[in-house]
Amino acid sequence: MKSCEDISKGLIAYLDLRANPVERRDVQQHLAGCAACRTRVEEFRALWKVMEEVPAVEPSFGFDARMRQRVAAEPSHSWFGWFAPQARFVLSAAMLVALTVWMARVPQNNLAKMSPVAVSPSTDQDFDAIKDLGVLENYDVLTKFDALSESSTTSEPQPDKAERNEPSSND
Amino acid sequence: MVRSDVQLMLDVKAGDEASFDFLLQKYRSPLVNFLNRMVRDTATAEDLAQEVFLRVYRARKQYTPSAKFTTWLFRIATNLALNSVRDNRHRRMGISLDAPAAGEDSAPMELPAPQMRIDEHMIERDRVEIIRRAIWSLPEKQRAAVLLHKYEDMDYVEIAGILDCSEGALKSLLFRAYETLRVQLAPLVTQPVAQRGEEGRPS
Repeated sequence: MKSCEDISKGLIAYLDLRANPVERRDVQQHLAGCAACRTRVEEFRALWKVMEEVPAVEPSFGFDARMRQRVAAEPSHSWFGWFAPQARFVLSAAMLVALTVWMARVPQNNLAKMSPVAVSPSTDQDFDAIKDLGVLENYDVLTKFDALSESSTTSEPQPDKAERNEPSSND
Repeated sequence: MVRSDVQLMLDVKAGDEASFDFLLQKYRSPLVNFLNRMVRDTATAEDLAQEVFLRVYRARKQYTPSAKFTTWLFRIATNLALNSVRDNRHRRMGISLDAPAAGEDSAPMELPAPQMRIDEHMIERDRVEIIRRAIWSLPEKQRAAVLLHKYEDMDYVEIAGILDCSEGALKSLLFRAYETLRVQLAPLVTQPVAQRGEEGRPS
């Protein structure tokens, strides 16, 4: 048989009829041999009856009205919560519009210049367009780089190169 | 068809104000009673009950039915009540330190007197007040557990959820609380037992 302390956990559950079968069996076995706990059980039952003497209170007359007033004073929606997703949407839309406008206004040849394919002069016209640029002032030096030489051999032949009397890397 | 509390709350979430009003009507009395027994002041209990409902209303958009509605409701109420009791206690301690010793207009401090015999109390106070005082004198968590168990008739799983403890811990808590009340209210408790000719007090 379990001790008084052992069954104490299940005693309240036994009394309010919420004990599981194991708890109920343990308490019943203990009560059968313990007069003190049988009395305790009776006093717990009496205590619960005594506690029912405390009357319930009712909310005051104006409780509902005050509550409704406070609820009505609440904002119908959170401005921050409303703003946050809208801001994300507006920002995305603005960026999309700005990108579209920018792409529409930039001339196509400028766009072409920006592409890596357009940088390598494949025609005389393209070469003439870029040869006077400041960065290519030392074109002679640049053409002596092995990498450029190789690219020139793989690209189309440039017959006017000799006509311009430019030194070649083989000289 | 009767809608469950969870369904009502989901309807509130969807913008149905009438469902919130329904929940208010259903739980305002249990909530005010619970809070009144926790804080022992009707006006404070009503203020706290309004705060509970307001918090429920404010949280409606984030509501997810992960637990019983009453577990959520009474958990908010218990936390607010415990905070209120603690704030009030600190305020009283502040008054006791700062107030003049024998001021004309200083109200007498209501301090518990556990060493007084219960029959001495009975001479000057009625039974209900004695029972209220005995419940009030329980430690806060024991008091909340007893109120939810005895007066709100909640099961152990729900009370454990509200008080954030295990079911086993709750059963021990309840036993200790009722044992304290049984001893404190012995003159009231043993009277009907003796009248019924039952056995004497346990050893």
